[in-house]
Amino acid sequence: MSIMNETKSASFAVHDKQASLPRHHAVIFIGLLAAGLIAPFLLAPIFVMKVLCFALFACAFNLLLGFGGLLSFGHAAFFGSASYVSAHAAKVWGLTPELAILCGTLSALVLGVVIGALAIRRQGIYFAMVTLAFAQMVYFFSLQAGFTGGEDGIQAVPRGDLFGLLSLNSDLVLYFVVFAITAAGMLLIYRIIYSPFGQVLKAISMNEQRAVSLGYRVNRYKLTVFVLSATLAGLAGATKAIVFQLASLTDVHWSMSGEVVLMTLIGGVGTVFGPIVGAAVIVTMQNYLATFGAWVTIIQGVIFVFTVMLFREGIVGVISKALKKPF
Amino acid sequence: MFESLGISPQVFFGQLMLGFINGSFYAILSLGLSIIFGLLNIINFTHGAQYMLGAFVAWMLLAYLGIGYWWALLLAPIIVGVLGMIVERVLISRLYHLDHLYGLLLTFGLALILQGVLRNAYGVSGLPYSVPPQLTGGQNLGFMYLPNYRMWAAIVALAVCLATWFLIEKTRLGGYLRAANEDPVMLGAFGINVPRMLTLTYGFGVALAAFAGVLAAPIYSVNPNMGADLIIIVFAVVVIGGMGSILGSIFTGLGLGLVEGLTKVVYPEASSVVIFVIMAIVLLIKPAGLFGRTV
Amino acid sequence: MKKTGFLLTSFAALLTAASASAQDIPVKIGVLTDLSGVYADASGPGSVFAAELAVEDFTRQSPGLNVEVISADHQNKGDVASSIARRWLDDDVNAIVDIAASSTAFAVHELLRDSNALALFSSAASSGLTGEDCSPHSVHWTYDTWMLAHGTGRAVLEAGGDSWFFIAPDYTFGHTLVEQTSAVVQENGGEVLGSVSHPFPGQDFSSFILQAQASGAKVIGLANSGQDMINAVRQAREFGVTQGGQSIAAIMLNIHDVHSLGLEASQGLLFASVFDWNLNEGTREWSARFEEKMGTKPSMMQAGVYSAVLHYLKSVEATGTTDADTVVTNMKDTPTDDPLFGKGRIRADGRKIHDAYLFKVKEPSASEGPWDYFEVVSTIPADLAFRPIEDGGCPLAQ
Repeated sequence: MSIMNETKSASFAVHDKQASLPRHHAVIFIGLLAAGLIAPFLLAPIFVMKVLCFALFACAFNLLLGFGGLLSFGHAAFFGSASYVSAHAAKVWGLTPELAILCGTLSALVLGVVIGALAIRRQGIYFAMVTLAFAQMVYFFSLQAGFTGGEDGIQAVPRGDLFGLLSLNSDLVLYFVVFAITAAGMLLIYRIIYSPFGQVLKAISMNEQRAVSLGYRVNRYKLTVFVLSATLAGLAGATKAIVFQLASLTDVHWSMSGEVVLMTLIGGVGTVFGPIVGAAVIVTMQNYLATFGAWVTIIQGVIFVFTVMLFREGIVGVISKALKKPF
Repeated sequence: MFESLGISPQVFFGQLMLGFINGSFYAILSLGLSIIFGLLNIINFTHGAQYMLGAFVAWMLLAYLGIGYWWALLLAPIIVGVLGMIVERVLISRLYHLDHLYGLLLTFGLALILQGVLRNAYGVSGLPYSVPPQLTGGQNLGFMYLPNYRMWAAIVALAVCLATWFLIEKTRLGGYLRAANEDPVMLGAFGINVPRMLTLTYGFGVALAAFAGVLAAPIYSVNPNMGADLIIIVFAVVVIGGMGSILGSIFTGLGLGLVEGLTKVVYPEASSVVIFVIMAIVLLIKPAGLFGRTV
Repeated sequence: MKKTGFLLTSFAALLTAASASAQDIPVKIGVLTDLSGVYADASGPGSVFAAELAVEDFTRQSPGLNVEVISADHQNKGDVASSIARRWLDDDVNAIVDIAASSTAFAVHELLRDSNALALFSSAASSGLTGEDCSPHSVHWTYDTWMLAHGTGRAVLEAGGDSWFFIAPDYTFGHTLVEQTSAVVQENGGEVLGSVSHPFPGQDFSSFILQAQASGAKVIGLANSGQDMINAVRQAREFGVTQGGQSIAAIMLNIHDVHSLGLEASQGLLFASVFDWNLNEGTREWSARFEEKMGTKPSMMQAGVYSAVLHYLKSVEATGTTDADTVVTNMKDTPTDDPLFGKGRIRADGRKIHDAYLFKVKEPSASEGPWDYFEVVSTIPADLAFRPIEDGGCPLAQ
């Protein structure tokens, strides 16, 4: 059917032989924990929070692509709609931040079930296109619905008091809450990857037919991982709305779906820690290249080309290969 | 029936005509994308930027060399096509053995670079490009006033689409191309230079985009962003038609132009999303697209 | 001897103390704008340069202040604008200037409300910035949607255009313009026959133009801006709108738009604005300096950045501090005066008011060369050009 068939692998998933938790991962997690605790004192907390939100978003996306072998072009739908719902809940309903984030996350879960149930019936590029189509519809809805504020977005979202007790108006206090949320999200993803469920997912993404013949209900697994990924992407978006006190069309636009693919790719698809690195790189670029003005898009384009041509496994992928350990 | 939609027959026929004209643009753009995907398996996300580049080359030919519209119609596609072939040789050809995603990301990156560079050089307001004197004015069709240039652009676009279909489906050259897609090793064994054929194919697909760009230049002002949002619409057209199906792209392009035109009357805000609604429905009912072979 | 020495030193100390108020204050101005997107021509790098010109002119007269101008691209994304602004606040930026899209403008508006820095909006259009959600730390400089809607709406009505059909982009800016212009038209005895919202950005407007033609309205009001507006005007000409006896009113028109359209396509358009480089000696001289570096004539937004920064620096010098509340009070108490906008003032709600003009785009034969595009039809006095303060509902006005 195509020229590439001979050498094309079934999916992006990295299939390491180890089924148990690699021991060095614990060391990395402790390192990340330490870095996360020191970071707000060295860098602007708001910047680190942005990195954290996008890192969680990218990890959620990577769960689907890197471990489930499913490429979604519409993840902005979950990220963005959750951020709208969370912003609306905090501002209009006056909910406390943890409940607002919960509302946002749940809305992404519901959306994930609906879109996922339809999308998983298709494979490869067609799966991607179905997710893109639904994401475009979510974008359209966000533009039309009154509560989203159209082009202005939902502005001046109150950060509120955590559990009604702890004021989040200080960047530093908020930081540790966001850090706890992302850390929990990432540990959950990690747990999923190395669970029996994660192993079945790998089997499916390597050879779907074989998994079917072994008696696995493939579609049920696919839907579950899709919903998990959507929900966690929603968690990231809902948290971001509270951090920046705004939700806007940027977060539901298709270029946001592209951005998360880029983050994951640069960090390393199918690696545990790659998306975190990728998100950090992209957010840093956005923040610190801002003064280069019109050169930003050109620089981003060059990085795309450079990564695809020379750096396909991504930053963490390359390190992982060099050290012969899965990261 | 018109009254039930709340529009007059005049408006209805006018919108059909405009839908047809826009549809022919979608057709020629999606055709190039479809050929590149069908034969090279690359999702060419630079397509929108190459369409824009076609318009820019036409403008540059006029502004710097005094070469007018008619020559630009021939020269701009050749220039952009050759540039495309260089890109294919240097970059894209190294990705054929990899997943779609990499080709897509590479071409997306190239599009960003192209748009960024032209934006830096020429700003975002756009550059004027006039309708050639032979084609100014318009016809009063009774139900609408139709500018001559639009009619010309639609007819030429369709003619090129049909010629391309003929070339690929009915000639020996087209046969080689299709064979290269089915079994490149076997074709190579017959002494055909397969890589060169792929390069030429890419160049041809890109030239089609540039040709559409030149056709569009007098209608829309020439500006670096003109292809940026078009690409995902055109991509959707290709998917609906069935990826790699040439006739599918042409018919779907025309059909979606019509649907979009009617949406602009009934529910104008939704005219940009209607294509995606159709795409979702088509993919869920007929996975390989309307004209595609089953996957 | 010893005593004289002591006296001398204390005298010197006194002298420095007197001028220290201005001299030792570092002032940091951040130009936050669209350097790469759709607004980059009308704002963008030109806005950054306009701010630099203001600093240059100000320090020539009073070398006391130590002013630094920095800039960044908000990419028209609210969260990017917000994070850059927060970083700037940590870096002791005292004023954030320009800001192009409304989602980014509101993000900065809200962020600076409780900070010790001022927002001087020059490119943002929403009159909501000085409405119910007005902020003590925001000054809205150049223009707003109310001014555009009323200026253009009233003028076109007076010229006999009493039935309208609107073509607007489907986002807040477009809806607001249609709403506000419709109100003007209806209050003055005109009628609105319909309107259509097109997806943003739009490329092909033929379908909407056809609907506008079918409506039979005398005036087709374009409530879009930039690239969309350019394409709509061009295609309206292509489809023979003017031959059909209808006229086009572009509610938001910039000099760069006309430059791109060419006079052939844009001649005769009526629109309201607050600035043109060719208004008087002062604007011509400044615009020549601008053009020398940027290669184009300035837009009203860019001129607004210059004027805003200049007035801000005057107030910093006068009060001897960069404390936001002190400076903004002084800015509102002191009448404004500069070569670009003439005399004006800043109201309690943060609205800067100055004269506005009704312009008409010249015919190609009447133009004396590139950039000579506009002629003044009439002057709208400052007090009538902007929304009356009591109508905005800004709590600061009470």
